[in-house]
Amino acid sequence: MLDLRIVADAHPVLGAIETSVNEGDRICLLGPSGIGKTTLLNLIAGLDASQAAMDQRILKPLRIGYLFQEHRLLPWRTLRQNLMLVGVRAPDVTEILSRVGLEGCADLLPDQLSLGMARRAALARCLAVDPDLLLLDEPFASLDPDRAEELQSLIAALLDARPAMAMICVTHEMRDAHRLANRVWYLDGRPARLQYDAPLNRDDGDAARLVAGLRRLGRSCRLG
Amino acid sequence: MRASPLAYWIVLPLLVAVWSIAAWWIDSSLLPSPLAVFQTLQSAAVSGELQRHLAITLQRVAISFALAMALGTLIGLCMGRSPLTNALLDPLLVLLLNLPALVVIILLYVWFGLIEVAAVMAVVINKIPNVAVTMREGARSLDLRLEQMASVYRFSAWQRLTHVWMPQLFPYLMAATRGGLALIWKIVLVVELLGRSDGIGFQLHMAFQVFDVASLLAYSLAFIAVVQLIELTVLQPMERRASRWRSVGGGRHA
Repeated sequence: MLDLRIVADAHPVLGAIETSVNEGDRICLLGPSGIGKTTLLNLIAGLDASQAAMDQRILKPLRIGYLFQEHRLLPWRTLRQNLMLVGVRAPDVTEILSRVGLEGCADLLPDQLSLGMARRAALARCLAVDPDLLLLDEPFASLDPDRAEELQSLIAALLDARPAMAMICVTHEMRDAHRLANRVWYLDGRPARLQYDAPLNRDDGDAARLVAGLRRLGRSCRLG
Repeated sequence: MRASPLAYWIVLPLLVAVWSIAAWWIDSSLLPSPLAVFQTLQSAAVSGELQRHLAITLQRVAISFALAMALGTLIGLCMGRSPLTNALLDPLLVLLLNLPALVVIILLYVWFGLIEVAAVMAVVINKIPNVAVTMREGARSLDLRLEQMASVYRFSAWQRLTHVWMPQLFPYLMAATRGGLALIWKIVLVVELLGRSDGIGFQLHMAFQVFDVASLLAYSLAFIAVVQLIELTVLQPMERRASRWRSVGGGRHA
């Protein structure tokens, strides 16, 4: 049972943030570039160095799968070794890789893979830890439309198979949000705060319109 | 990159030829012919003197190298990871880096006497700063992104050390090893020359006393041969093995 409360204040980049993530939440995190979306993900993942400046209450045994913007596989270890380092047992490696369409790649090094394959390998590692919370930082960035579509279907299928798992996904494409998310966070302002935190409506339209609307909303009434 | 091995087969024989002609021309015991040097080498080897002194020198090199690498790596990593440690130790490091090797050797011999411990300590103290500086660079270059990854996926301290840090530190360790050996070889000889009664350095000292250039050259050549042997059989294979992953793909990081 996941019930994650995120409370941040006096953080150097983020303003006062108070929200919660529950089981089955599929959150799409929107906001202008450089506003601190990755910082917020890192904070939630417990990677923030300024721990002293914030109050972060997270249930301790939380398992997190984090798909960083780069694959962050160890470049000097094969995919098999990379997976085994996060606790995958040797006989399960092939099965886990085949779930992301990387059959027969277990003994390749990460740099022998294309960008899309490396990202899928990193996704396999996220899921290998059987996470309560999946963090995706721009998972479709710099993939060509076909590869992005492929990865999106893959993630959608993986999410369907794990109804209890919560997800937070940074993206700029409303299309991705509609497909993957059931809730929207909008981060904006200096310091950055969650200006909008609500279930996602089917008629929210494309990202540009939503973001423009959210920004007006944020300016007029300072939600968050 | 190393030059083609072919060049060695041209340049080295040429050098020997020039040396032979010069020795024949000058005809003095101050420049013995290659043959004379080889005979000296042979007789030293037959009597067992060469092996004995070489073994003692190698032993000193090995002990001081191991100590200097271990301590220097530890200090360097601490300095690279902790700004406070760095602030405290940096002045000391600068001092030691600029202190002539000879001063350390003489001081230790004066303070502790002409004993083995003083000899090895002198070499170690001379080498530690270089290792520490190199390893500090290594520690500073550790990829923060991989650190974050290791935190998220709860790597143990041991996993972090062996799978995340070591591969990144390896080039620095190799640089420290190479620089270290090159320096330690030379300092060990000086230490032996000044205060020990065995080892190659001591033999060179004896040869110097009686202007025995043939012995001087014979021991030097034997020494160079052993150093090159270690380079070829230990260091180079080690380096190739550990950098194999780099040769695939573009070597793109993280």
